[in-house]
Amino acid sequence: MLKFLLQRLALAVAVAICVSILTFGLLGATIDPAIAIAGEDASAEKIQALREAFGYDKPLYIQYANWFGSALQGNLGTSPYFGLDVSKLIADRLPVTMKLGALAISFAIGLGVPLGVIAAIYPNTWIDRVALSVAVLGQAIPNFWFSLLLIIVLAVQLELLPVSGASTASSYVMPMIVLGTNAVPAIMRLTRTGMLDTLQADFIRTAWAKGLRPRQVFFKHALRNALIPVVAVTTIQAAHMLGGSIVVESVFALHGLGMLAYESILRSDIPTMQAVILIFSGFFIVFSALSDIINAYLDPRIRVA
Amino acid sequence: MANSPSAYVVVQNLRIDIHTSSGLLHAVSNVSFQLTAGEVLCIVGESGSGKSMTALGLMGLLPAAASRSAELLSVDGRDLLTMSPEEKSDFLGNRMAMIFQEPMTSLNPCFTIGTQMEETIRRHRNVSARDAKLHAASWLEKVGIPSSAGRLEQYPHQLSGGLRQRVMIAMMLMCEPKLLIADEPTTALDVTVQAQILQLLSALQKELGLTMIFITHDLGVVSRIADRVAVMYAGEFVEYGTTRQVLKNPQHPYTQGLLKCLPVPGRTRRGAHLGTIPGSGPSLIGNLSGCCFANRCEYAAPVCLEGKLPLFVREDEHGVRCRFRPEELAPLQTVDAVPQ
Repeated sequence: MLKFLLQRLALAVAVAICVSILTFGLLGATIDPAIAIAGEDASAEKIQALREAFGYDKPLYIQYANWFGSALQGNLGTSPYFGLDVSKLIADRLPVTMKLGALAISFAIGLGVPLGVIAAIYPNTWIDRVALSVAVLGQAIPNFWFSLLLIIVLAVQLELLPVSGASTASSYVMPMIVLGTNAVPAIMRLTRTGMLDTLQADFIRTAWAKGLRPRQVFFKHALRNALIPVVAVTTIQAAHMLGGSIVVESVFALHGLGMLAYESILRSDIPTMQAVILIFSGFFIVFSALSDIINAYLDPRIRVA
Repeated sequence: MANSPSAYVVVQNLRIDIHTSSGLLHAVSNVSFQLTAGEVLCIVGESGSGKSMTALGLMGLLPAAASRSAELLSVDGRDLLTMSPEEKSDFLGNRMAMIFQEPMTSLNPCFTIGTQMEETIRRHRNVSARDAKLHAASWLEKVGIPSSAGRLEQYPHQLSGGLRQRVMIAMMLMCEPKLLIADEPTTALDVTVQAQILQLLSALQKELGLTMIFITHDLGVVSRIADRVAVMYAGEFVEYGTTRQVLKNPQHPYTQGLLKCLPVPGRTRRGAHLGTIPGSGPSLIGNLSGCCFANRCEYAAPVCLEGKLPLFVREDEHGVRCRFRPEELAPLQTVDAVPQ
């Protein structure tokens, strides 16, 4: 198990380095940050002076080496737009995004897995159809529209929840529902298929033959096996939620990483973009490793492989 | 067959139909038998003859597309037909249990052997986790798995097929049921392992006084363990009797054909051809009329295609689903064979 974990870790580091090189190259090739800082009507001399001041005149590989060197020491540079350390910016924004992501994925799992299990226990009945409809609806509704709908009903008309911001715990309810609903269909459908497959398995017949209660057969013996494909998709969905919450964070004015990404792109703020992209890709790396680890826990056959 | 009060297992006119896209498939029809406690019944027949379906039907573990009906289905005086789902789950694994043909896939890959055994005993007996573990370990010893304590921590994929089947046997017998249904428990195993498992089951059957329904297509097994034999063909018992009656004095042409397929030590010459039964079983979809074996029977006469055959009971409850007695069969060979 330790060897398995170390291998995963080494792979994760390699992927992170590749991502940082790629983003550095792409950003450097497409954006001139000196113009962005100086403003469009600045003189050529001023732009050139800014280039030299920030080191943008050096070749890209030197810039990368400098960035990499200081990144290793925890220094991700200074944001020219915010005038703050990038690591400080991220430390401010990360908790909001993490809270939102954790809530949303819990919501999605809490709704998707039980719906999938119930649909599989009663396949092709009205229960199954209702669960399927919920899934299709969740998939089809655009985030921004669903957000506005919730705001109109829950915040404006019923006045149950605050319209936006992150001041209270209840501020997170609507963003959680919107972001979570997006992941429900995939989780529910996979759980249903996994359960239907597993319920046909010989070892389920054994479980019935032992006289186990339906609760034990469905939730212990069947669900454990059915969840293995669900884990892979759910962890990727979770990474998506952490990285792709730009729309939801903007609509509900939550100052998280998604919002920071949006702002830094608008301002051609290269150090911030670089760091945010690295963190987003870090989420994917961490969560796909997490997926492997959870599956190794669920299915002992994976541990030896 | 009259209902004797000593009967432990009574099956009367068991019928299992499967709904398929091409119509209703009569997987099992008119199956009747009864066993006194401690008897071993072997059900023999070729693939698709309805042996496994009969077993699953008794256990109430049929697939969703299958439906079961019977005039009477009782074990230990309990009516299986009217049991509620809760009563059934209290009964299975506890009073009657089943082991399956596929030891490789019949254990849950995600849980240790110990977990799967302990949950069985804890479902039916009020024992502590510690006692359940001890009980499981002692049963592993009993089925011939040494160093049992360590084995309990192992997962199914770490065991060979033979060991897994031993675990299945231990798991299914640990609540000491009185009736064990074994559905071809040795078919998927290596030949040497087959013999060991058979020996184990036979020894446990005697030791525990188990009533056993043993499904096999191996007539050699039958002669070693069975008190009674049912020969199954196309979903029906075509011959039913004591082992001696069926193996020494086979009355049905199908049983006779099966026995001719076997080499007999000392009597079958080296290089001689063993018997075969040409053709294959009839489709069981829709209603069959006449004898189900008629299309493959070397003695078939036109009369064989008429009506539905009952199980003709000959001397000492030896039942045969053939309108002819063996001595009447031989001359029939000259009659034109029935077109297939």
